[in-house]
Amino acid sequence: MNGPRVALFPTCLTDTAFPETAKAMVRLLERLGCDVEFPLDQTCCGQMHFNTGYADHARPMARAFADVFDGYDHIVAPSGSCAGMVREIHPNLCDSSSAALRTYELSEFLVDVLGVVDVGAHFPHRVTYHPTCHSLRMLGVGDKPLRLLRAVSGLELIPLPQAEQCCGFGGTFALKNAETSTAMLADKMRCVQDTGAQVVTAGDNSCLMQIGGGLSRLRAGVRPVHLAEILASTQEEPWVATP
Amino acid sequence: MGRNPVTWLGSPAFPDAARRALDDTQLRGNLRKATTTIRGKRESVVSELDDWEELRRAGESIKDDVLTNLDTYLERLEAAVTERGGVVHWARDADEANRIVLDLARQEGADGVVKVKSMATAEIGLNEALADGGVDAIETDLAEVIVQLGNDRPSHILVPAIHRNRAEIKEIFAQMPEPPDSDDPRALAEAARKYLRRKFLSSKVAISGANFGVAETGSIVVVESEGNGRMCLTLPETLITVMGIEKVLPRWQDLEVFLQLLPRSSTAERMNPYTSIWSGVTPGDGPQKFHLVLLDNGRTSTLADEVGRQALRCIRCSACLNVCPVYERTGGQAYGSVYPGPIGAILAPQLAGDLHDEQAASLPYASSLCGACYEVCPVRINIPEVLTHLRAEVVEAKGKRTPEAMAMSAAAWVFGDRRRYEAAQRAGSLTRFLARDGTLSSLPWPGSKWTDTRDAPVVPKESFRSWWRRNRG
Amino acid sequence: MASAREEILGRIRAVDRQATPAVPREYERVRRADDPVGLLAERVADYRATVHRAAARELPYRIAERLDGRGRIAVPPGVPWEWRVPGVSWLPDDPPLGVSDLEAADGVLSGCALAIAETGTIVLDAGHAQGRRVLTLLPDYHLCVVHADQVVVSVPEAVERLDPKGPLTFISGPSATSDIELDRVEGVHGPRTLEVLLVG
Ligand code: SF4
Repeated sequence: MNGPRVALFPTCLTDTAFPETAKAMVRLLERLGCDVEFPLDQTCCGQMHFNTGYADHARPMARAFADVFDGYDHIVAPSGSCAGMVREIHPNLCDSSSAALRTYELSEFLVDVLGVVDVGAHFPHRVTYHPTCHSLRMLGVGDKPLRLLRAVSGLELIPLPQAEQCCGFGGTFALKNAETSTAMLADKMRCVQDTGAQVVTAGDNSCLMQIGGGLSRLRAGVRPVHLAEILASTQEEPWVATP
Repeated sequence: MGRNPVTWLGSPAFPDAARRALDDTQLRGNLRKATTTIRGKRESVVSELDDWEELRRAGESIKDDVLTNLDTYLERLEAAVTERGGVVHWARDADEANRIVLDLARQEGADGVVKVKSMATAEIGLNEALADGGVDAIETDLAEVIVQLGNDRPSHILVPAIHRNRAEIKEIFAQMPEPPDSDDPRALAEAARKYLRRKFLSSKVAISGANFGVAETGSIVVVESEGNGRMCLTLPETLITVMGIEKVLPRWQDLEVFLQLLPRSSTAERMNPYTSIWSGVTPGDGPQKFHLVLLDNGRTSTLADEVGRQALRCIRCSACLNVCPVYERTGGQAYGSVYPGPIGAILAPQLAGDLHDEQAASLPYASSLCGACYEVCPVRINIPEVLTHLRAEVVEAKGKRTPEAMAMSAAAWVFGDRRRYEAAQRAGSLTRFLARDGTLSSLPWPGSKWTDTRDAPVVPKESFRSWWRRNRG
Repeated sequence: MASAREEILGRIRAVDRQATPAVPREYERVRRADDPVGLLAERVADYRATVHRAAARELPYRIAERLDGRGRIAVPPGVPWEWRVPGVSWLPDDPPLGVSDLEAADGVLSGCALAIAETGTIVLDAGHAQGRRVLTLLPDYHLCVVHADQVVVSVPEAVERLDPKGPLTFISGPSATSDIELDRVEGVHGPRTLEVLLVG
């Protein structure tokens, strides 16, 4: 293939706990003509350490990230918060290479770099979209994910009330201030349920884990599905729910 | 030097205080209603100005100029105020400021003073200090009256009684000589008007804070709504203004920026009802004695922190509180300081200057880092950046031997090498660490904090990288 | 022991400082409005103050109309003689009125230094036809005369025109509070009724 050489940065969370999202990215990006690689030496961007106050531990991870991803045209992550960590924080942690600046969250990469909005996806479900704080405010992805979703055939997009409110995850915040996090989650879930959607999607598995975890406890019947999985789904190769 | 009263002695750490606050459904209802109202209004008055971002950038840079040349501007302000007949005092800390004000009040023979709401005097606990010295301080801002008469603590920078609804306020006002006859806000305001009128007319000394002090001209600015500020700034013979040293502005012209940024960010109005500006003493008009107390109380040590100093740009508009999802749920008292919400989480611990204190050390963690505060801040304080910076200082203060520090070191060691990372992935321990996974619905602490209210994701049989190796490797 | 002043300045000087940042003033200093006076009228009214428009020659008549039956009206020294229309019981602040006299006044008539259309603000600078600050504070009713040539559109234009020395009062609507459930309620300590007469 002669498409852009794209390095996948699924993030440690997705690599470990949500492999379907990363596989979906491979399918999607290859379908769009990218030459997808997965540098096996990658581990973690250091976000959790940095955000919890362990910048000294995050620093070598930032340096390692720069080494691992050196030489790729683009680096794409299915996570607004990890892409934000790399692009906005790594440069302050170490004089990391330009790898940080070539790192994108998936929707940015599709719309800004590849210049596509209609990725040829098919997903015949009612969907609501949670924008996630870091995609929204740190990266400024704006309405790119919504534009991508609107172009998906069969998909009915239902606006999420108070969409821009945080879901309450915040990494170790969910543990250190568990009750407050839960109160935030409760409001988010109410908004999600009010939409009557079958699927709640987002560009970040950490927020989806929070929202999905809460919904599953409620037996709410709304499924969390990462944006990448929706965009990878086609008539021929439709999305299937993992058990 | 005593303990800095900016954080309240004996307050529990944030998570504990928050837990209690979350149980108070009345409080949550009041807060939700108030913050939702003000958010919508702020957005609409801000969107009226298409140069809002340029104003924010100007505000940020003017304040950075102030912080860079603080000594010069303070000396200039001092000279200008003195030249116009005012007297300038300097206070290193709360005790010193309180002593200066108490001595001045006594010199005037006052056993009571009227006060305009001021964060600086709340921060130093002036009212308590005056009371100890036999001087009765009467708050005149409606919300402060509610807090003072309710024997309560403030919970918001701008509206200290935001946690009270009209019915509760009526209860509190029942102790007035002429109590309100209904809980209609108009009746409540009328009751406060009557209650305070005599006090304004009979007080010899007033105490105020300052929103801005212009170095170039010696002008002091107080921004308010009710007119209690005008009463205090106009009627008594003596006026004492306590101003944090970071409130100085270089030039008169700079007001053109802040008089736009502040009202739209705070009360979400195009302009607040009253703004008073004066310079020293004006013969025949207003107080004939004017004292300006310049307060440090932890500001110079905050200034010394390269990342943390941006908190000193704050103009106390409270926009960050109003959009904060954590504040909306816990209210302000959970922060244990006169400065609650996102600004409190970065300012209070810095002013207090002691991260070994458990309560102060818990504040930088009182945030999900969602960034809504940074987005609205009129002087572009990158609050999430300061939060993570202070978290690093907390970690350093606590040392390497806490369970958290050890877990973090272990995780860093695992992430430091791909083989260790993959081994941990295979053993399932990484999933537990990252996704708080395990036996699905109940996990040991701290994972239990997660599974108390949410299910953890199901462990996948195969990580992505194993799949990649199998299929693409 | 060093004085507090020396110690605070010393602490500031001990801090590592960067170069002074340039202040970008890319915001609009002057704003255009097709009808500044109309904009002012609309914005003042938004605060639930009452606005009346008058041609210059009918000003005395309008003042009389507004003050009719309002009782004793305080008035600063130096207001134009034609404002002091007959039929009103005037309380001139010359010599200065005592606080109890002012408390007993039913209203006050004043001019202003300028007005800001965009924000619906009237600014008093204790200058011509305005008098001491207390005059427009204690009476419960304030009638303020604004001439069209005193209207600027933006806040920066106003700040530039004002003299920083005089005591200044920016007034945007009647006294109000947002302290109860963050909702604006008019009428606390300042005049509860503000009427603006826009001339020209
Ligand atoms: S930090 Fe910014 S938003 Fe918060 S009160 Fe201060 S100036 Fe306002």
